[in-house]
Amino acid sequence: MNLTLKIWRQKDSKAKGQMVDYKVTDISEHMSFLEMMDVLNEGLVAKGEEPVAFDHDCREGICGMCSLQINGEPHGPDRGITTCQLHMRMFKDGDTIVIEPWRAAAFPVIKDLIVDRTAFERIQQAGGYISVNTSGNTQDANAIPISKEAADKAMDAATCIGCGACVAACKNASAMLFTSAKVSQFALLPQGRVEATDRVMNMVKQMDLEGFGNCTNTGACEVECPKGISLENIARMNREYLAASVAKS
Amino acid sequence: MSGLIKSSIARKVAMALSALFLIIFLLLHFSVNFISVFSEDVFNEASHFMGTNPLVQFLMQPILIVGVVFHFVMGFVLEAKNKAARPVKYTKYSGGENASWMSRNMLVSGAVILAFLVLHFYDFWVHEITVKYVEGDMSGLIPGTEHLRYYEEMHEKFADPIRVAFYCLGFVLLSLHLLHGFQSAFQSMGIRKFRNVIVKLGNIYAIVIPLGFIFIALFHFITK
Repeated sequence: MNLTLKIWRQKDSKAKGQMVDYKVTDISEHMSFLEMMDVLNEGLVAKGEEPVAFDHDCREGICGMCSLQINGEPHGPDRGITTCQLHMRMFKDGDTIVIEPWRAAAFPVIKDLIVDRTAFERIQQAGGYISVNTSGNTQDANAIPISKEAADKAMDAATCIGCGACVAACKNASAMLFTSAKVSQFALLPQGRVEATDRVMNMVKQMDLEGFGNCTNTGACEVECPKGISLENIARMNREYLAASVAKS
Repeated sequence: MSGLIKSSIARKVAMALSALFLIIFLLLHFSVNFISVFSEDVFNEASHFMGTNPLVQFLMQPILIVGVVFHFVMGFVLEAKNKAARPVKYTKYSGGENASWMSRNMLVSGAVILAFLVLHFYDFWVHEITVKYVEGDMSGLIPGTEHLRYYEEMHEKFADPIRVAFYCLGFVLLSLHLLHGFQSAFQSMGIRKFRNVIVKLGNIYAIVIPLGFIFIALFHFITK
């Protein structure tokens, strides 16, 4: 198939970017979206032009690196997948595809389609961990009884790969789904309860400091999340936060 | 506790609490108005009680005004903050693919409701305050008669088709606002238990109450 691509090009974080049109031809419907981008870049390199910079790593939906806003939706029109898992069969011959970076004050553009997502790292570092004594007498995690329901819900929350699609999809550029998943994966387990109060307070504080917007429960994040993280996690974080606020004051 | 005021979650919860307060008030307001369809006398008595009872007038009314003002001001403040969180807009944004129109346009529906409230306050509240506290007439009677004035006044207001049309538009937008807002308030407070019941109850409330208000407005227009 032959396609027209409208891609955001931006030389560096300080440069003023713009949308640029490209044509790609003979694209197989079996290709992944990133393979189509590779074809585009090979053509640009052959012509001596600067290839389009975009994030990618594992290309199997695990690492959370790929991050393209495709035709107005994070990770494109398909559901429950990352950009690297998106296939060209989702598009038709002659289509125009608009490709942009995640847009959020907290995710500044580094170059072209690559954004700085270290805001997520800082939220994680503010409390997304448990403190474990690793001096040789670490307790076997399986020695602590955990209900099946809690284990399943914690695992569901832990599947968040931190790609940032929730922020990209949200009309308010809110990071509540990501933060709540990281709060929940620990809050649901006995090992995580020990530091639960400080964790939720510190992670929410960091989330607000990073300049993300406020959640208005549109649910766009849940729909676009490649891992299907539920809004239930946001409700849990809200409960955790309110309880922690009372406990701390 | 000071951190709580600055926190995004605390702001969400404050919005939710003020919303639930307004939802309860709306139910009360609807109940009193609905009486007017059945009985002029009972409506007059109920209105006179609400308009002259000191507890309603000097405790509940100020709380209501604070609740309304807070909900609107906070709504606009949050919208401004949310706009600032995405300084560079998308060239193409397919919001309709992943979220309802209602949830994405709470500011639009809220602004129309605010415009409606300005007219509504001018129509009834300013008039009430003028008669009772400026002119000092606490009797609630039509001058020179023994009849209470409330039903007559409402009936008179709803004789104007333009006013009725604008009121109906306000109620439609109120319905759209509630279709998202009702269940959203519970989600903000972290309440997920009975989620399906809350969503269904919210949908029923969001349709029945505004539709009821539209019915009352049209009833008085038709029977003018």
